[in-house]
Amino acid sequence: MEPPTHCRAGATLPSGQEFLQSFQHRIARAFAGDTFEPIPLRCQMAGAGVQQPHAGAQAGPRVHANWSPYDDNGGTCVAVAGNDYCIIAASTRMSSGYAILTRRSSKFLKFSDKCLIASAGFQADLLGNTLYYKRFFPYYAWNLCAGLDEEGKGAVYTYDPVGSFERVGYSCQGSGKDLIQPVLDNQLRAASPLLLPAKNWMSSLPLDQAVDLVKDAFVSAGERDIYTGDWVELLIVTKGGIRREELELKKD
Amino acid sequence: MAGFNFDLCKRNSFLESKGVKAPGYTKTGTTIAGVIFKDGVVLGADTRSTAGSTVADKNCEKIHFIAPNIYCCGAGTAADTENVTGMVASQLDLHRYATGRESRVVTAMTLLKSHLFRYQGHVSAALVLGGVDFRGPHLFTVYPHGSTDSLPYCTMGSGSLAAMAVFESGYKDNMSRDEAVSLVDRAIQAGIWNDLGSGSNVDICIITKGKVDYLRNYKYFMDKTYVRKFPVCYPPGTTTVVREKMVALKDVDVIEGEASEAMVID
Amino acid sequence: MSIFEYNGSAIIGMAGKECVAIGSDLRFGVQFQTLATDYQKIYRIHDKLYLGLAGLGTDAQTLAARFKFKHNMYKLREERDIRPSTFGQLVSSTLYEKRFGPYFCSPVVAGLDKDNVPYLCGMDTIGAIETAKDFMVAGTAPDSLYGMCESMFRPDLEPEELFEVLSQCLLAGTDRDALSGWGAIVHVITKDKTNSRTLKGRMD
Repeated sequence: MEPPTHCRAGATLPSGQEFLQSFQHRIARAFAGDTFEPIPLRCQMAGAGVQQPHAGAQAGPRVHANWSPYDDNGGTCVAVAGNDYCIIAASTRMSSGYAILTRRSSKFLKFSDKCLIASAGFQADLLGNTLYYKRFFPYYAWNLCAGLDEEGKGAVYTYDPVGSFERVGYSCQGSGKDLIQPVLDNQLRAASPLLLPAKNWMSSLPLDQAVDLVKDAFVSAGERDIYTGDWVELLIVTKGGIRREELELKKD
Repeated sequence: MAGFNFDLCKRNSFLESKGVKAPGYTKTGTTIAGVIFKDGVVLGADTRSTAGSTVADKNCEKIHFIAPNIYCCGAGTAADTENVTGMVASQLDLHRYATGRESRVVTAMTLLKSHLFRYQGHVSAALVLGGVDFRGPHLFTVYPHGSTDSLPYCTMGSGSLAAMAVFESGYKDNMSRDEAVSLVDRAIQAGIWNDLGSGSNVDICIITKGKVDYLRNYKYFMDKTYVRKFPVCYPPGTTTVVREKMVALKDVDVIEGEASEAMVID
Repeated sequence: MSIFEYNGSAIIGMAGKECVAIGSDLRFGVQFQTLATDYQKIYRIHDKLYLGLAGLGTDAQTLAARFKFKHNMYKLREERDIRPSTFGQLVSSTLYEKRFGPYFCSPVVAGLDKDNVPYLCGMDTIGAIETAKDFMVAGTAPDSLYGMCESMFRPDLEPEELFEVLSQCLLAGTDRDALSGWGAIVHVITKDKTNSRTLKGRMD
């Protein structure tokens, strides 16, 4: 395959064929971890010797090295399922690099009175919903789907950017994920999983305590994650419908 | 001056050639600023330091002591700003001992720029230097490569544009002390609220002839917005302990008295 | 791969009321292969001062030996134990000396200063000090540890409460990190004793 021509501002654009090829190269490089950071996907390790491909791996000529089709607009979302409720919450700050684009952007998409999704990451990528369809050029977004199942119990589904999903009792996605996940593990599973029996994967907390936990998780994440801030929007789904709550976070 | 030790450079660059990434350094994303007013200089800084997208220190100090009449705000790699200002401060201290005269701001500026120029920008400190000496108030910006500017108002760091916007609209010549402090405060807050690399509190330092007012946490914004209604409390025994080793510390009493014979040196 | 992920580590220091605690995980590995589950990353400098070194194992051991040497020399000169804040500066300047070829270690210093006031500080690999009144973390998954500490920490904890809070932060934090965990050790330093407890943790 002919390497595509370099494209600079002011130069003629590559033809359709070249453009496609340059995209393929870029994607190859994306997975080689060179042009831009590879998107972390869920994977099972094949063996002890598995190594991350590193920058030294050459997967084709350097093309459009300074441009990435992706941006990360940050933000965090959390969902907790209970016996007869489901809480889904997301911070409202949308950012790019060190700049705040807006302090008030809702990350929710409502499908029905019992089903919602929240999405953190690259907001432009919300335009689509079939994730696996884009396996080799994924939407750079981390989704949570939350609501009540047919029995009226809380349900949370968590997705990775290429569509692998799982039903869980609680989940957390986005820029503050690393900060919040262990807190939820500790509070919703068991404080000491070796000593105390592991709790049911569905939260046994009463609704007010679960709301308290989710609010605290966001306030704590806002202390340390620069992309989580401004407000957190909570949607509480019960059989009576969806209730909305809001909590102010720090604005810095 | 101690100088650097390059022993591990070869090993580290070998590791890097094997595809191992070196860890990032703590940076002060930072908004720092300074203005000259009627009787002196006002310096200001935010108090956030970051490691990537995580806040490393929520209330760090970015206004460094240089001399009793000179202070310096630092942006860039935290270790570099800390050490480069400390080094110049000690050199000026010795110089004052030797000469018995107050340090000049230009001397501090020249020491800083010559150090930074020698390392060709690898010592990444971007500084706002201000002070009052016998020639009056001075304000300088020092760039990591060693170039300097002398300006009536200046900003540095990732929030410099936000802060400069405030200065450009609000700066006047010959401001009063209160006007200058409020202008710097607003400039730093512009960085705190609008630049993600800056945050937490406002530190202010006002230097006038013969007097320094260092107002640490002049504005304090660090309180959490929510306190848990059901606080977590782990009862004793929550954590499984496999082994325990207790060491009691005995206090040694030192009794002042005559030195024993064996210790006396003729 | 980041060099910090070569051996794996997790360290938390936390301040209480007239007491301070420092804990680390016990794993020593080479990337994803675990080689030992009793590897301590915390070094005792003196009765009331402990140093945690996260990062590359080889550099941590070298540094620990250098600090032991430096503290011995200090004791010979001054005829007293070093103060934690002074030791913090010593660690910082030792690391900054290698500004352009650093040790791949980020330290956490925890100790009791004069009048048993807790002293806590941490650094990046080139010695930029962050002092903290509450907690300090270092290791392969600092975000997990920060998240737990930020949620669970309360000021003025008594030694036993401090132990539970720190232990829970450490265990929950390392459970979400593949490169640290496999049990933990926590030292609680009070004015008249130090208590070192080895914790049971998930072995996966």
